[in-house]
Amino acid sequence: MQDMSGFPLELTGENKPMVSFRKVRKSYGSLTVLDDLDLDVSAGEMVSIIGPSGSGKTTVLRMLMTLEEINGGVIYVDGKPLTHMEKNGVLVPANERYLHSRRSDIGMCFQHFNLFPHMTALENCMEGPVQVLGLSKAEARDRSEELLEMVGMIAKKDQHPSRLSGGQQQRVAIARALAMRPKVMLFDEVTSALDPEVIGEVTNVIRQLVSEHNLTMLMVTHQMGFALDISDRVCFFYGGKIEEQGRPADLFGNPQRERTQQFLSAVKEAV
Amino acid sequence: MFDWKWEFAWEILPRLVSATGNTLLAAGAGYGIALVLGLALAVAQRTQYRVLTFAVREIVEFVRSTPLLLQIFFVFYVGPQFGIRLSPWTSGMIAIGVHYACYLSEVYRGGIDSVPKGQWEAATALNMTTVQKYRRVIIPQAIPPALSGMGNYLVGIFKDTPMLSVIGVAELIHTANAIGSEHYRFLEPFTMVGIIFLAISLPAAGLIRLFEGRVRLKLGLK
Repeated sequence: MQDMSGFPLELTGENKPMVSFRKVRKSYGSLTVLDDLDLDVSAGEMVSIIGPSGSGKTTVLRMLMTLEEINGGVIYVDGKPLTHMEKNGVLVPANERYLHSRRSDIGMCFQHFNLFPHMTALENCMEGPVQVLGLSKAEARDRSEELLEMVGMIAKKDQHPSRLSGGQQQRVAIARALAMRPKVMLFDEVTSALDPEVIGEVTNVIRQLVSEHNLTMLMVTHQMGFALDISDRVCFFYGGKIEEQGRPADLFGNPQRERTQQFLSAVKEAV
Repeated sequence: MFDWKWEFAWEILPRLVSATGNTLLAAGAGYGIALVLGLALAVAQRTQYRVLTFAVREIVEFVRSTPLLLQIFFVFYVGPQFGIRLSPWTSGMIAIGVHYACYLSEVYRGGIDSVPKGQWEAATALNMTTVQKYRRVIIPQAIPPALSGMGNYLVGIFKDTPMLSVIGVAELIHTANAIGSEHYRFLEPFTMVGIIFLAISLPAAGLIRLFEGRVRLKLGLK
């Protein structure tokens, strides 16, 4: 049982971060994936996470989406603990009921889209709002059609995912996540499974989100140019820790740490 | 050669037709129980409650490893010793329903296992409850691959209904046997029962295949 006394029950103050990882630890057996991770993301900030595979970057998003349990530390979202709940004045690991009450603050898009194959694009988007948020079908339809319009998929709203290209599926998946009106959006290598010629249609949607919406976003990506373009901050992960972080121009233009330099030059060579 | 009497065959036809009704009712009711209970058993084996998972798995294995006939006898004859007195019909439905539920639970389990992990994760990301995940996302995708297995057991349960004759359920075999004993003629009743079984099983298998294709089409699974 870890000592929870160092973790506040709530984060307060005007500048409290939207997302806060405090000494978060994740391990699978003897393998430590994340080691005492501290990371704050402000409201409306776009943070890109880069790094070699196995550096724990996807795990960061999966823990925040509550797809993985953490082994230590606390994650806060919008000031309140996500992974823990208060019981008699102390933090204890959250139960499923508590998680259910907090999870709607977060939305996620996956590398392999994970659209529901038995539903059309529109039905995919309406599913969460109707089933989980309890919206009427008419309301959910309006909201979903608006979002499908935004991602340029309104013409294909009645198609099943099997009839859509990867880029199209990913755009529907973004609309589906946004239909839940999350405060924080997570993008987990959303362009990695796409053919090169359709990557642009997905990155353009994300670009639009950044410029027009005040969403807090975390994005794991292998596309350095895209991260450079749209991020407020870039975190370079190495060996389960943030090796270096900073404004994209600084981190890409003038990396301070040797490992960052090595990684960036290796990526450059691959292009 | 064969001493086939058409007159006798016509005479007993109404009784066999009415017994066919009973057979279909028994198969249908048993299958209904098996469909619902089988799904519950399959889902119960996937919960985080280890004791429940273990108990259900053992029960399924036990039922699948013992003969249906024994289970029918057990419910009907041993039940009363524990104060559970059931009619032949009810005993038969329970025995055959539970027996096939255990087989169907394995078919469902295979179907559920075939749904990719990403579907569960997407449902979690939409903050669905466990019940919503099963009802809206997992089961609709688990059923189509399970349909052919489910269809096989529908024909199987139909062909196993004669076992209910041993506790006096008036299905086809029981009726044919009764007719034979009354008239000392077994050729016509048993031949006709065979033809009736064939005439129902064969088209049923074809219809199931047709249905399977339509379900896949409707769910957009090609």
